Amino acid sequence: MRKGSTVLPSTERTRSRRAPQRPGDRVFSGLSTGAGVLILVVLAGVAAFLVAEAWPALIAPADEVPGPDGIVLYIWPLLFGTLLAAFLALLIAAPLAVAIALFITHYAPRRIAQALGYIIDLLAAIPSIIYGLWGIQVLAPLTVEPAGWLEENLGFIPLFAGPASTTGRTMLVAALVLAVMILPIVSAVVREAFRQTPRLHEEASLALGATRWEMIRMAVLPFGRSSIIGASMLGLGRALGETMAVAIVLSVSGGVTFNLISSGNPGTIAANIALEFPESTGIAVNTLIASGLVLFAVTLLVNMAARAVINRRREFSGAN
Amino acid sequence: MAKRIEVKDLDIYYDKFLAVQGVSMTIQPRSVTALIGPSGCGKSTFLRTLNRMHELVPGARVDGKVFMDDEDLYGPGVDPVSVRRQIGMVFQRPNPFPTMSIYENVAAGIRLNGGRMKKSELDDVVERSLRSANLWAEVKDRLNRPGSGLSGGQQQRLCIARAIAVQPGVLLMDEPCSALDPISTQAIEDLMLELKTDYTIVIVTHNMQQAARVSDVTGFFNLRGVGQPGELVEIDETTKIFSTPSNKATEDYISGRFG
Repeated sequence: MRKGSTVLPSTERTRSRRAPQRPGDRVFSGLSTGAGVLILVVLAGVAAFLVAEAWPALIAPADEVPGPDGIVLYIWPLLFGTLLAAFLALLIAAPLAVAIALFITHYAPRRIAQALGYIIDLLAAIPSIIYGLWGIQVLAPLTVEPAGWLEENLGFIPLFAGPASTTGRTMLVAALVLAVMILPIVSAVVREAFRQTPRLHEEASLALGATRWEMIRMAVLPFGRSSIIGASMLGLGRALGETMAVAIVLSVSGGVTFNLISSGNPGTIAANIALEFPESTGIAVNTLIASGLVLFAVTLLVNMAARAVINRRREFSGAN
Repeated sequence: MAKRIEVKDLDIYYDKFLAVQGVSMTIQPRSVTALIGPSGCGKSTFLRTLNRMHELVPGARVDGKVFMDDEDLYGPGVDPVSVRRQIGMVFQRPNPFPTMSIYENVAAGIRLNGGRMKKSELDDVVERSLRSANLWAEVKDRLNRPGSGLSGGQQQRLCIARAIAVQPGVLLMDEPCSALDPISTQAIEDLMLELKTDYTIVIVTHNMQQAARVSDVTGFFNLRGVGQPGELVEIDETTKIFSTPSNKATEDYISGRFG
């Protein structure tokens, strides 16, 4: 028996005595804390590496870094291209992913739903270089004609100003390839969220006389809202960092333009690093790493913004 | 507004499995009808056939007729969605929409049924429904807060407000107090007695005292035997069921000899 466990322990002693610790609890809490710390250490390590390696390029005089007008004007078009391709891909993929997830969880017969789920998960396992080759060999030629039509009929919209590319290696095709690539992960996460919509809430809306679509709008979509945002961020992160597919598909000339169907496109940061790195030495390498640092920071900002959006309506999330 | 329900020879199936057999009863408007019986005897299943909610289970179907006033609820071409719009339901566990405010929860049914309504009219309906559900005083200062922040008993009254906001002909309650403490239970029971002046109420309950306290008519469901379908053993005035039931099984059940 321990000292404190007398018949009438003083209140002081009762308060200071801690609950008994079991070895299993200790080991598990140590492991999970360790894992949490490890991810922070890795992240800090990556950040430190990027900053240290980027620093020489950041302080170098403008005429030493690649590109005519200094590092900012070197990285800016790349950043623009990265964001344009990634957001365009997300714009295409997110609604499609939500629709697929709804079909699988609420519309399809169980057998078809399961098969479809497997097929979509399989898409996630295809290496990105395959997507790139598919993009340039299959998708790009297919878009040449529609792009010409867009230029002719919708050319007054800056997005389709043209001149339409004759090879199809356009921003539009790059975004489409990225959209197909991020579709599996986004739809898989959203699907799991929709599947967990409480039966209670679905029944509540049906009992009020909701049709299936009204029930989905009242119960399923609001419940899955934070997962839709979270899944989109996962997909966006992948699109922002995608290297090979974009490097293969996109025809780069370096300008900043919203024109999606011409052959003169801004590059993206990740593809640019992959393409330039083998040829670079000295300060040029530091410049490439600096562009990587920018990508790192932008991704962080995008994720923090998404988190803020989710937290804004935390009380209404259904998680309480 | 309150409507009469007439059930004739209703058999309820799940695929080929006969779950409940041969139920006939008349449910009078402006009264509370309680359905009691042991677990698994099909009383909840029966309740859910009254607003066609049981059809959500794949393979579920019925034989027989259910009329609400003169409308055949299972007639050809009758849309279950429109049936559910006229028959409200309150569930065993309080289920306000967690992503909606208290106000939005009450307005949810109206938004479905009619769609457009002026803001001031909607405000009136929400207030009237919450007052009818004896919840107005407790929530009037926080209508824009999430419904999930209320206590269990308050949430259940919110669900009742949501159900009566669309002025249904009939209100079905599936063990509405089984997840609540005695004080909240009493609040719901008082509410039922108030609501029956305007609505037809059918309640499934495991609590026989509750049936005795709130209902005018009580129906006793039982299984015919192990593996046999459930059936309505007898239905009569509540005072008669609890004093001189005509069936031996009913007497055994309410006197606590089984179940």
